[in-house]
Amino acid sequence: MDSTSPQFKDNARGAIANDPLQAALGKLTHGFPKKRAEAAARLPEFDDLRDQARDIKNHVLENLDLYLEAYEEKVIEMGGHVHWCSTAQDARETILDICRKADAKTVTKSKSMISEEIAVNGYLEENGIEAIETDLGEYIIQLRKEPPSHIIAPAIHLSKEQVADTFRDAHQDLDAARDLDEPRALLEEARAKLRDKFIHADVGLTGANMLIAETGTNVLVTNEGNADLTNNLPRVHIVLASIEKIVPTLEDASTVLRVLARSATGQEITVYTTFCTGPKRPEDLDGPEEYHVVLLDNGRTDMIGSEFHEMLRCIRCGSCLNHCPIYKSVGGHAYGWVYSGPMGAVLIPNLIGMEEAQHLPNASTLCGKCETVCPMRIPLPRMLRKWRERQYRSEVGSAKARWSLSAWAWLAKRPGLYRPLMNLGIAILGQFGGRGRFKSVPFAGGWTSKRDLAAPAGDTFINQYHNGARGDQSGELMRRGIVK
Amino acid sequence: MSQRNAILQKLNERLDRADDLKAKEAIRARLQGHVKNLIPQRGSLEQGQQVNLFRKEAEKVNATILSVQSYDEIPGAVGEYLRQNQLPAQIKIAPDPRLKELDWTAKTSLMVNDGRADGNDPVSVSHAIGGVAETGTLVLTSGPESPTSLNFLPLDHIVVVRADDIAGDYEALWDRIRQQAAAKGTPGKLPRTVNWITGPSRTADIEQTLLLGAHGPQRLHIIMVEGDSATPSEA
Repeated sequence: MDSTSPQFKDNARGAIANDPLQAALGKLTHGFPKKRAEAAARLPEFDDLRDQARDIKNHVLENLDLYLEAYEEKVIEMGGHVHWCSTAQDARETILDICRKADAKTVTKSKSMISEEIAVNGYLEENGIEAIETDLGEYIIQLRKEPPSHIIAPAIHLSKEQVADTFRDAHQDLDAARDLDEPRALLEEARAKLRDKFIHADVGLTGANMLIAETGTNVLVTNEGNADLTNNLPRVHIVLASIEKIVPTLEDASTVLRVLARSATGQEITVYTTFCTGPKRPEDLDGPEEYHVVLLDNGRTDMIGSEFHEMLRCIRCGSCLNHCPIYKSVGGHAYGWVYSGPMGAVLIPNLIGMEEAQHLPNASTLCGKCETVCPMRIPLPRMLRKWRERQYRSEVGSAKARWSLSAWAWLAKRPGLYRPLMNLGIAILGQFGGRGRFKSVPFAGGWTSKRDLAAPAGDTFINQYHNGARGDQSGELMRRGIVK
Repeated sequence: MSQRNAILQKLNERLDRADDLKAKEAIRARLQGHVKNLIPQRGSLEQGQQVNLFRKEAEKVNATILSVQSYDEIPGAVGEYLRQNQLPAQIKIAPDPRLKELDWTAKTSLMVNDGRADGNDPVSVSHAIGGVAETGTLVLTSGPESPTSLNFLPLDHIVVVRADDIAGDYEALWDRIRQQAAAKGTPGKLPRTVNWITGPSRTADIEQTLLLGAHGPQRLHIIMVEGDSATPSEA
């Protein structure tokens, strides 16, 4: 997929001015985070499970080559095929080749972020094979020719009226006067349309939430059941997964599953959790006759052992998006590529290059909420800072920003100059900031055109420290509003 | 060099482990050890309470549950469910002997077929290998007596489960599946599909409005066989 990440700032401005998008994002803010908090509160062991899930993935990543070999061995033993692909193009060609050998005309697909990453739909279409997204949200955005705006809720940016318009355009064989006012009517229409596709597809292409080395199994989680119709009904099942999806055992998969849905939607578990192993057995009454796994690298091996190694623990729950003040303001499309939010801002530069994605690591307040809610405890803010450091070192970014940072650094390293200047600044601002906040400040219009600037809290930290305000007086500092 | 070897070699170089052979041995042991991680206390109850928790959790996610004392009551219970929901008197059942050998026609006028679903079956009846109290989850495995398509194509899915087969946690069901594989002479091999099913299908993809019945069933009805759980052939 081509990126619009270099236009992040324009994208963001557009998103903020887009009223339907802002309404949709408002709903998201009140939905997922609240449900996640409730689910976490209901399970006393939730945080301990997060620790274990993190440790499992750390162990896998430290031994990824060995686990991949063990996994491959088991898939083959169970009658499946494993195709190793270094790049997106390799994966596209491999999938096309499997489809051609199966003489496929249509491919049903269940939601897979990796398939967005390699833009396989367009590639199959170019080669005369129809690829049909079956997740309701993905189906809607496929009809609109848009990328997903959220990992687990790809059409979250649309209103039901927009979906109704899309369906009227796409389903012209149906009565033009039909009632599509309610989400239920939209769902029924999509369900009916997709039913035939499921039954007649030649190939089913799914992603994988995990790959289990012990048994050569892929795990699929959905609420709609579309991944199950996709893997069960066609003659060929292709699993497309990136190499870091491995977990060792069924027990390890169960641990990760206990934190996945709770972090994503606030469900205790998704409606369907499915474990597929190989093709159908000779005595089985249904299931695919062929089972293929396309294992994709696409930049992951470069992340191993790098500053971004820990990003490979990500299980794509979307929790960091749901809690991010930037994502909640601009939505997913502004980020300009497949992923978005804090995980996108860390991952996208790794996959499409730092120059192309230079704005994304800066699109963060570093408030740290993403790390607080990440089920895999990925230090996202630390990695965003790593990107910023790299950008500074390689002279990426605007001259003005770089000059300002240099000037600040020069000053901050000279306490003899820095402290008097700060004292002076505070004194001046304090003089004018009688009500505690400013509506406008010279040279700070970029900030104050959108919100007030808080007046300084009386004195610098250093001065307060020297005057005896210490940790043991934290209660006093809190009462005075100096620390929170 | 093949892409496979290129990827593996690059990983090996970047990981730079002290002793690859030792690591390989440790991994082999870990894969065979099936060591359980932390299991939430929630499911650690005595059997009767586990069944109650299963019921509570399943109902919370919109499943309905009916308890019966024996397998012989199942045809009547299915007939009643179809009447209540104004469904056609036509079902597709899994060819599991515990279902197939029931006397479906004695008290009902149901049209009963068995086999896989073909897209024209309004209602299916399957048999679960068990349930997990922790989240009200049913566990079904594919096989000649249990085609997976029955779990997803019909709009109404009825699942029979024995109360004795309800466990506290997922791990207990993995142990059971491994034992069944070993008993069949295929140790370490999973069935083609293991399905955890927790309530009927749903979506919230349009304006976060929760709707039941996305692509899978719109209703999930669980018939729990309590009593001595005698199967028809044993009775």
